[in-house]
Parts: sequence; structure tokens; C-alpha cells
Amino acid sequence: MAHGHSRHAAHHVNYMAIFWWLLALTILEVAAGYPSSGPAYPHMLKGLLLVIMAVTKAALVAMYFMHLRFEKVALGYIAMIPLVLCVFVVLMTLPDF
Amino acid sequence: MSQAAAAHHIEPAESPLTPENWGKLGMWIFLAGDAMSFGILLAGYAVMRSTSKNWPVPTDVLGIGLTAFMTFLLICSSVTMVKGLDAIKRGDQGGLVKFLGLTVLGGAIFLGLQAYEWTHLIHEGLGLTANKWGAGLFGTTFFMITGFHGMHVTGGVIYLSIIAWRGSQGAYSAHSCNAVEIAGLYWHFVDLVWILVFTFVYLL
Repeated sequence: MAHGHSRHAAHHVNYMAIFWWLLALTILEVAAGYPSSGPAYPHMLKGLLLVIMAVTKAALVAMYFMHLRFEKVALGYIAMIPLVLCVFVVLMTLPDF
Repeated sequence: MSQAAAAHHIEPAESPLTPENWGKLGMWIFLAGDAMSFGILLAGYAVMRSTSKNWPVPTDVLGIGLTAFMTFLLICSSVTMVKGLDAIKRGDQGGLVKFLGLTVLGGAIFLGLQAYEWTHLIHEGLGLTANKWGAGLFGTTFFMITGFHGMHVTGGVIYLSIIAWRGSQGAYSAHSCNAVEIAGLYWHFVDLVWILVFTFVYLL
């Protein structure tokens, strides 16, 4: 009983640190996203930067706010399923692009 | 184990798949399904946008400043949510109600700003099937995706308000706060989805 509780109690997350990271990434995202793509700023590069930043932010929220980092691995697998399936959906519709 | 302890707590079978908390597992499974709903909307949007010849540039049409602030607001509300959970885990009922109240407020302001944004865009000529900037599907996908998300925020505001009210009535304690954690999972999910929507619909 006690060891079940202590597993959760032991992890103290610095939520404010995560907040600052999220804020910084949001500012960087707007900086990367606001300029329209053009010859000097290829759309692919813009897309790559934005995806990396968005995924990082999403991972921070999932791992720390939603506590996935400290949960049983099986829960992480459940959380990953939609990501895998959505990538699959996009890949399967690629012929239509 | 004493009689009282045995009556109070059932030892779970320790396997990698046994959750400590069935409610939490249930919410995660629900969120995985919900993520598919959003994923499919975004994937469809990706296909339609890539195959369109006259898709408007979102940063030209949509108000990025306002939506960047809305993103910041939801991130703040996730922080207040997690602080609320932290509070009740320490037995601080007042802290729980305060932080949940702030979370609800953040969500409500987000919805207000979204309503303002929608009104402004509709007034400028962005419709569900047509608009003055190019491909009609731009408006369709915009309203469908942000609307679906907005509905989730609305549901979350109601859900968290109920949790906050129950918290104020003493329903939760340091040993019995799973319901708060589960509600928090839903709220963080809503924030997470918005992070992705903001990136792919507004910025990209």
C-alpha cells in the first residue's frame, strides 16, 4: 500500500520550468510561423521547424502535466497509439497529395 | 494487514498492465480515441490543403497575435490545473478550488476570444463553404477544426466547474483526489490539441 503511494509522491515536477519552456517555444513558433514562406524561407523548412516545436510542446504537456513520464509504460503505449495511427492515415492518403 | 486496512484497500495485482487507477486508464483510453477524431480532421485538412491550388496563406487571413495569446492562455490554464491537483494532494482544499477556478476562468476567456475571432472572420467574409480569399475549403476546415476544439473546451469548462464545486463541498482530500487528476488529464489534452491546431491551422 505504502509503496504504491510513494511512487507518485516521490516525483516532484517543476511545473513552472515547464511553463517557461512552453512559453519560449510558443514565442519561437510564432517567430518561425508568422513570416510567409518564400524563396528565402522554403515552406519545407518552415514546416519542419514548426512540427519540431509543436511536437516538443505537446510532449512536454503529455510527459509532465499529464504525468506520463512517471506512469506505467503501458499507459504510454496507449497514448502513442493515436500518434502512430494518424501518421499511418497521412501516409495512406499521400497518393492523393 | 489489519481488518481496517484490508477493508479500505484492495491490493492490486502487480503486472505491467494493471493500472493503479481504473478511472485514469479509462480517461486515457477515451483521450486516445478523441485524439483520433482530431487527428482525422487534421489529416483531412492536410490532404485538402495540399491538393488545393488557391489555398489562402493563413498568417495573412487569420489573427495570429490574438491566437498566440489564446495559446498562452491555455498553457497558463494547464499550469493552474496542475497546481490545483498539487494542492489537493497536500490536502489543501482551498488551493484546489482557487486553482480550478483560475483554470475555468482561463478556459472561459479562451472561448470568449474564440467567439470574438469567429465573429470578426465571419464579418470579413470567411464562410463555411466560401470566402473571398480563395479555396472554399479553407473556411470549412477552419471552422470545423476550431469549432470541434471549442466544443471540447466548453465541455471542459463545465466539467471542471463541477469538480471545483464538488471540491468546495469537501468531496476531495489528499487520499481521494483521483477525480481531480482525471479531470486534469482531459484539460491538458484540450491544451495539447490546441498546440497542434495553432501550429497546423494558423502558422503553417
